[in-house]
Amino acid sequence: MRHTISVLVKNEFGVLARVASLFSARGFNIESLSVAETLNPSFSIMTIVTEGDEQILEQITKQLNKLIDVIKVANLSTENFIEREMALIKVGAENANREELFRIVEIFKAKIVDVSPKTMTIEVSGNDKKLADFFELLKSFRIREIVRTGKIAMLRDKKRLKKGE
Amino acid sequence: MRIPGSKILMECLKREGVTTIFGYPGGAVLNIFDEMLNTDLRHILVRHEQAAVHAADGYARASGKTGVVIVTSGPGATNTVTGITTAYMDSIPIVVFTGQVPTPLIGNDAFQEADIVGITRSCTKHNYLVRDVKDLSRIVREAFYLAKTGRPGPVLVDLPKDVISTEIEFKYPEEDVFIEGYRPTFVGNVKQIKKAVRLIMRSKRGVIFAGGGVILSNASEKLRELAQKLNMPVTMSLMGLGSFPGDHPLSLGMLGMHGTYSANMAVTESDLLIAIGARFDDRVTGKIETFAPNAKIIHIDIDPTSISKNVHVDVPIVGDCKIILGQILEALQDENLDELKIKLKPWHKKIEQWKQAHKLTYKKNGSLKPQFVIEKIYELTKGDAIIATEVGQNQMWTAQFYKFKKPRTLLTSGGLGTMGYGFPAAIGAQVAFPDKIVIDIAGDGSIQMNIQELATVSQHSLPVKIFILNNRYLGMVRQWQELFYNRRYASVSLDYPSPDFVKLAEAYHILGMQITDPKDVEEAIIKALSTKEAVLIDFRVAEEEGVYPMVPAGAPINEMLLL
Repeated sequence: MRHTISVLVKNEFGVLARVASLFSARGFNIESLSVAETLNPSFSIMTIVTEGDEQILEQITKQLNKLIDVIKVANLSTENFIEREMALIKVGAENANREELFRIVEIFKAKIVDVSPKTMTIEVSGNDKKLADFFELLKSFRIREIVRTGKIAMLRDKKRLKKGE
Repeated sequence: MRIPGSKILMECLKREGVTTIFGYPGGAVLNIFDEMLNTDLRHILVRHEQAAVHAADGYARASGKTGVVIVTSGPGATNTVTGITTAYMDSIPIVVFTGQVPTPLIGNDAFQEADIVGITRSCTKHNYLVRDVKDLSRIVREAFYLAKTGRPGPVLVDLPKDVISTEIEFKYPEEDVFIEGYRPTFVGNVKQIKKAVRLIMRSKRGVIFAGGGVILSNASEKLRELAQKLNMPVTMSLMGLGSFPGDHPLSLGMLGMHGTYSANMAVTESDLLIAIGARFDDRVTGKIETFAPNAKIIHIDIDPTSISKNVHVDVPIVGDCKIILGQILEALQDENLDELKIKLKPWHKKIEQWKQAHKLTYKKNGSLKPQFVIEKIYELTKGDAIIATEVGQNQMWTAQFYKFKKPRTLLTSGGLGTMGYGFPAAIGAQVAFPDKIVIDIAGDGSIQMNIQELATVSQHSLPVKIFILNNRYLGMVRQWQELFYNRRYASVSLDYPSPDFVKLAEAYHILGMQITDPKDVEEAIIKALSTKEAVLIDFRVAEEEGVYPMVPAGAPINEMLLL
């Protein structure tokens, strides 16, 4: 089963390497990982999407907690949470097909962020399903390049990963 | 007053109560070694950095204090990796300081530069690169705190040359160490303790399984109290030997691949297993599906990751072994233990039958047997020595035939299985206890992995005894080839011919003896034990002796190859 894990870490030198090498040394799988500072620059939040059964998840959570630079680990998949990913897509766009592209972009509440005589670059964000649907529709255009951020996620309601962050 | 980083380091070591350092100097740590001359610190100069770490590890295991190592950058640092991993696998508290090239040169492939923080990330509890001398005292304090508390382990601190030469205004930080992401649990959850007690009271065939954690948390007395109170038999992992007296009527000896018949049978037939500070290594469990198949398992461990990692646990209790055993003992006060003792009677009868059916033994045929040598060492030291072992047959025979009575008297590389560990570890223990008898029981293969330390023993006048069980083979590998590879002996003979260990000892100014006849063993050991200097004895033992019982790797532990 797929899990989205949120990890609050101290923003120390090498912390990303510690988390990444924990996953590789223990044979855990990382599907995506995104990381950035919190409002307090001494901390970062990593969102890790991984796959494994209950026992593996338990080990991942415990092993992450064991790292000295890790402050808190939460498996968001066990709760109600919001998940988003952003992607930039560069597609071939000749005059003839630009109209249709505009329509798709509008339906998906995406944005055109760059235009050149032969290409357009689109920014889109959403959950897994939305991105997959969007990519599917764009296949009839020539997709030149896709870059994705990996997922970020947050608990719904008033719940927080840690007070004050 | 402005002082340099090197002096700050010395001040920090003093405050941590450090008296002894094991190490090897070099370009990047010249300032530190120079500053050390101004202190009372004792520096044990080894002959290879790996040995410095093993020595600090042996010092820590024997004394319970944190071992300290200082080595230089690059090769000095990389040579520590096996020692650090050995300590990591067995949860031994050591702090390793490595020199590093000056910060502006880091990443430039400078002379004697190695990314030791990157290299040791997965074999340390934590590690640090000190990039600013202002952080030095905080980091040193954190390093010692992390090494010693919770599940102990090695911590590495990398010290760039410019950081330790920079001068700053310095005031020692007096407040407590606070590390936000590090809060080990010490006290056991009360509900879990109650559950454990309920399981204990309901059991009819209980076994206590003690691991190295009992020794690390100094919980041996509590363990003995519990075992006696419940009248429950105790088996131990290799790391747990000494946590419970090996000569106690309740002791079953070691469990697992080369464990005793009675221990392996008792665990397999048990209905309750109380695992204390053990992590269910594959050498203990054998085939995991058939390990203690009918037992409820109570697992006490300070490291949550150890719990339910290998076997399913019914009642996990996270915390310090000593504290939790205290909690269980207290909770047992309200229980009717006489009833439990009556219930356990048939169980003890069965165990006694197993004990009698297959005792630890060996074929006595007039040749010099390694097991006989160990029996004699046990007899003549009255079980009151610190014994280091190497890895392989020498280690297993020691575990079987030397009945460790007290904690911290067996120094052995259990998790990593590092050949070459024993001799430097014995050096470390001897430094900690100059007046105790410290013996390295070695094989002729293992001893040659750190043989250069004869010079260290000689230089520091350490009365370490080196007893080599010399069978001219890499005996354990040979045994596997005998049993599972149709006696095809690939690269295991060391008889080309075997080195003259007596001459070798003499070359290092140490007394050497060679024994070939069983009737000379006793006299030689007595002579060695009464000599106040290092002695090496080359026991020329039977070539193709095996370690039995043996559970083939991956087989159920009740399916043993017996003698």
